[in-house]
Amino acid sequence: MNGWKLARRLATMLVVLFGVSVLTYGLIFVTPGDPARTILTQQMGGQTPSQEAVEQFRAAKGLDDPFPVQYARWVGNAVRGDLGQSYYSDQAVTAMIATRLPNTIALGVASMLVAVAIAVPAGIASAVEPGSQTDYAAQFGALVGVSMPNFWLGYLLIIVCSLWLDLFPVAGAGGLEYLVLPALTLGSGMAAVIARLVRTAMLDVLDDAHIRTARSKGLRERIVVYKHALRNALVPVVTIIGLQLSYVLNGAVVVEVVFQRPGLGTLLVDAIFARDYPVVQGVTLLIGVIFVVTNFAVDLTYSRLDPRIDFGGEPT
Amino acid sequence: MSAAQSDPQQRTADSRSRLTDTIRSNRLAQVGVVVVLSLVVAAVFGPLVSPYDPVEQNLAHQLEPPSPTHPLGTDQLGRDVLTRLLYGARLSLGIAVAVTGVRLVVGTAVGLVAGYAGGWVDEALMRLVDTLLAFPGIVLALVIAGVLGPSLVNVMLALAVVGWASYARLVRSNVLALRNREFVTTARLLGRSRTHVVVRHLIPNVVAPVVVLATLDIGGVILGTAGLSFIGLGAQPPTPEWGTMLASGRTYLQQAWWLVNAPGVCIMITVLGFNLLGDSLRDVLSPTQSAQMEQL
Repeated sequence: MNGWKLARRLATMLVVLFGVSVLTYGLIFVTPGDPARTILTQQMGGQTPSQEAVEQFRAAKGLDDPFPVQYARWVGNAVRGDLGQSYYSDQAVTAMIATRLPNTIALGVASMLVAVAIAVPAGIASAVEPGSQTDYAAQFGALVGVSMPNFWLGYLLIIVCSLWLDLFPVAGAGGLEYLVLPALTLGSGMAAVIARLVRTAMLDVLDDAHIRTARSKGLRERIVVYKHALRNALVPVVTIIGLQLSYVLNGAVVVEVVFQRPGLGTLLVDAIFARDYPVVQGVTLLIGVIFVVTNFAVDLTYSRLDPRIDFGGEPT
Repeated sequence: MSAAQSDPQQRTADSRSRLTDTIRSNRLAQVGVVVVLSLVVAAVFGPLVSPYDPVEQNLAHQLEPPSPTHPLGTDQLGRDVLTRLLYGARLSLGIAVAVTGVRLVVGTAVGLVAGYAGGWVDEALMRLVDTLLAFPGIVLALVIAGVLGPSLVNVMLALAVVGWASYARLVRSNVLALRNREFVTTARLLGRSRTHVVVRHLIPNVVAPVVVLATLDIGGVILGTAGLSFIGLGAQPPTPEWGTMLASGRTYLQQAWWLVNAPGVCIMITVLGFNLLGDSLRDVLSPTQSAQMEQL
């Protein structure tokens, strides 16, 4: 990727980040009726707030300003690392995120490890003998994994491993024992996706000229597969694993709810039900930004690893 | 104009015979077809056959384990679980088809406009698409549905808003590839109107990839609806929705294991059925559309 294309890609990313921030901030104005009234009604447990209370709230939170002014103020603060305060506790949103984020990161990393540990051997086994019983079983297993709702898998694991076998705690966060079941839940779904990618990548590589050379030299099949093929196949796989971040973030929300794990997902869900909009906006913005920046980084690595890949032009 | 390239009838006939061939030879495709058809039959006729009401409470029969009278047991309010699941199948399939339909129509329209018009229209529409795809889907749908307020309709709306973008991107890239093919250029040189070119030449050629994407998408929509309902944003009790049923069953994990597992199995089998179908459709249609299909 040359400098011009990189600049174009960077510009596109900035436009998308701008779109992400407008969408995130604008969402609360989709609330049916007046957001201030809705929030106060919720805070007062369903009672209708007085007109003065609503006006006071609007003035205090700057909701009287026109949308562009409010948006600019919010984005300006966000860039400086200030995402505002919760409507309920007056706690800084960034502080709330900071206490929850480590749990979500731990869950993400652990489930990624689970996923790779299942997916790489399964994908290799599939690709070495395409069309075999093993391949069939692995592919069917991957389909089941993709189709499994992770909120159900979570309860299944809780019933078997916590209630029947009493191996792990049912819910919460803390030591490693709290991480096992959530990571298995989230990781097995991801494993399904990655196993398919490993299989495709391995099949591609095993067809390459240098593999045929290695085989015709009389090298043992194990050496061909693990030393020559796997190394090459892992290049696309590693970068594609980066793209699984979307799966992690989507899944983390549900899995954290199932295991009542205090993380970014449960923070978002609780804030949504409480109509704590600064928290909703802060978490959504963070997730959007992380996602956009990661995709950009993956694109860059990808095109560095394989110069034939070109993101500058249009697909033909 | 070469007939073979753009005659939609011919093409459909070809892929139809290839489809029947694949279904005959591919065990997984057969499973997919059987699963989806059985679900449709169960959803349509199940509720008519069942002697129980899906909503009416029967407190004398709370949390009864599976038995001949209640094959999947009863829930905490004494309702027959199987009956509720059958009504739930109607809901899930109906919602999935409706949401996927809206995604497909909106996304295809946007993709056609962007790809064919080009210029700033294309630029603006695609940045909107990028923005929507810049969020993990469920997270954005969660926020939209949450802001609108918990209800099944709002969840459907949120899932539709979040999901059309990938159709737009797929259709646009197909249109860009088609725009300079001979039959399109010929039609344009013959003085055909834009509408004629789009309707007669572009749409028939993007149908195949769009249908594959939609089939693969249905499973995701079912998971999304059930997931958001599970979190509490979608269908509200006593609606017999699978995700909602699973969520209300979690209080009884110890006493009544069937309450979370019955809807869980239903969701999984349904999604699996559509994924099997989508995978085999992709394999059937890929020889003609390989470049575009790789994105799916």
